[in-house]
Amino acid sequence: MDASADALTVELAQARPIPLAVTLSCAGGELLALVGPSGSGKSTVLRAIAGVYAPARGRVAVGGDTWLDSAAGRFRPARERSVGFVFQNYALFPHLSAQHNVEQAMGHVARALRAERARMLLERTNLGGLEARRPAQLSGGQQQRVAVARALARDPKVLLLDEPFSAVDQVTREKLYEELATLRRELRVPMILVTHALDEAAMLADRMCILHRGTTLQAGTPQHVMTRPASPLVARLVGLKNIFSAEVVDHDPARALTRIRWQGTVLEAAHAPQFAPGARIAWVVSPSHVVMHRRDRPSRGERENPVAGTIVRCIALGETTALSLRVGAGGGADIVFSLPTHAARRNGLAPGVEACISLLADGIHLMTPGDSSAPA
Amino acid sequence: MDSAALLLSLKLAACTVAILAPVGIFVARFLATRHFAGKPFVEAAFALPLVLPPTVLGFYLLVALGGHSPLGRWYEAAFGHPLVFTFDGLVVASVIFNLPFAIQPVQRAFEAIPDDLRHAAACCGLTDLQSLWRIELPLAWTGLVTAWVLTFAHTLGEFGVVLMVGGSIPGETKTIAIAIYDRVQAFDEAGAGIMSAVLLLLSMVAIGITFLASATRRRHGR
Repeated sequence: MDASADALTVELAQARPIPLAVTLSCAGGELLALVGPSGSGKSTVLRAIAGVYAPARGRVAVGGDTWLDSAAGRFRPARERSVGFVFQNYALFPHLSAQHNVEQAMGHVARALRAERARMLLERTNLGGLEARRPAQLSGGQQQRVAVARALARDPKVLLLDEPFSAVDQVTREKLYEELATLRRELRVPMILVTHALDEAAMLADRMCILHRGTTLQAGTPQHVMTRPASPLVARLVGLKNIFSAEVVDHDPARALTRIRWQGTVLEAAHAPQFAPGARIAWVVSPSHVVMHRRDRPSRGERENPVAGTIVRCIALGETTALSLRVGAGGGADIVFSLPTHAARRNGLAPGVEACISLLADGIHLMTPGDSSAPA
Repeated sequence: MDSAALLLSLKLAACTVAILAPVGIFVARFLATRHFAGKPFVEAAFALPLVLPPTVLGFYLLVALGGHSPLGRWYEAAFGHPLVFTFDGLVVASVIFNLPFAIQPVQRAFEAIPDDLRHAAACCGLTDLQSLWRIELPLAWTGLVTAWVLTFAHTLGEFGVVLMVGGSIPGETKTIAIAIYDRVQAFDEAGAGIMSAVLLLLSMVAIGITFLASATRRRHGR
């Protein structure tokens, strides 16, 4: 099956009451995570796709079917959109059994077949034997499974999941992650998962789309977005802390490197020829590309962007220790990274201790300084 | 005991509930789920009979339904008898002065249903009417019971409006509340007492039903 034939494309725009400037697409069988902080408009985007919210302007199309086209005055109501929607608190009908909840979404199925199909769907979501229970008699995880079964019962062209894991405990959540991962392999429809948890998005999604104040900022694979953010704002939104500003020195295409000057030293970064020598840029390095030099024994990593400084923060958080290394004079800049606690202890790391790290060149990503929040 | 007056009151109350039940559901649902400019004024208009003195309401209804009004003239031409001082006129007046009792409890019940449930119903493919019938009404049933019981009980006890619009014609517009007043005027305390006791009993049963409904809802969590 051609995934693009079932693809969902969404464009939404409005200034009030909730500002929206959204462009996203999701292919059939693809799981797109829509990620952003609380109040960024994630749920509103889902509701606009489902048709329970009408934005001022926009276009929503699935395959050859246009659900919303404000320019053409077209708005198809939610009940005609074939959407499977798992709400944040599941929105199960409290007076109906699990079985009857699922059957409500089967208006398109012959009456005689509904009961059997609902039972099969509940079986598929590991709820066999609980068909007669009402939502109040089910655990949080079981309620979520009923909501998923009900969403699938619609034979949806798009599956929308609005923070479906937020109302369950950690153990149940991990079980539900596995179930969703299994389920999504069997589905050929576009799936959009709204979440504010980056780890959830990275674990489950093929691609993620960053939303901030109603605007989509960047879309790509989780790995790409989290290591190659499009702007310092995206870098901050994906939880990166080492965001600094610097000046481009020159490019070395043969070695696929760009040199930048930061805190008086020259660092080698991943090749970024779009920035001219002398240009001010922002740069970011993920904590996974910060390598600690053993204080008692030099390592090979020393040769790559060695940076010396003073430890100013050393906080043990169980098996991991969070560290900040202050680099440069006059207040300088703090590079944040983490080490296994035993490694931090073996190296005698503590506030005030001199230490040396390497910043791996392929982990240094240059960006246009879109906002002025990157420290020198 | 004026059983004709009691029967007339019961008939009037039943007719009022029968007319206001569907009206209450649709007006209450509209007010609970829609946001529009001037909504507070519309809500205030429906609530007005709660605070308006019954004689004032009765006076305006008398004027609006009387033989000199367009409505009164049309009704007389269509049905061959006037609207005021007839049972039909009492029903119209009763429907109007019971609007807040028929709407407000149902509106509160609809407002208590989370929007997401309506959205989930729409995403399931249910039409508005299917959503109302299968999802919202079963969840709002205590509001419906309360509205119907209050409307019924309030109609049995209404005095001022009924007297203004209907007068006191035995078998036609003389309700039990007016019969009690007549008995007191005639120094028949025993007769007034029996009828008052009947009304007291009916009112207690009515209010008991609403509390029972609320308790059942709390016990079953819906």
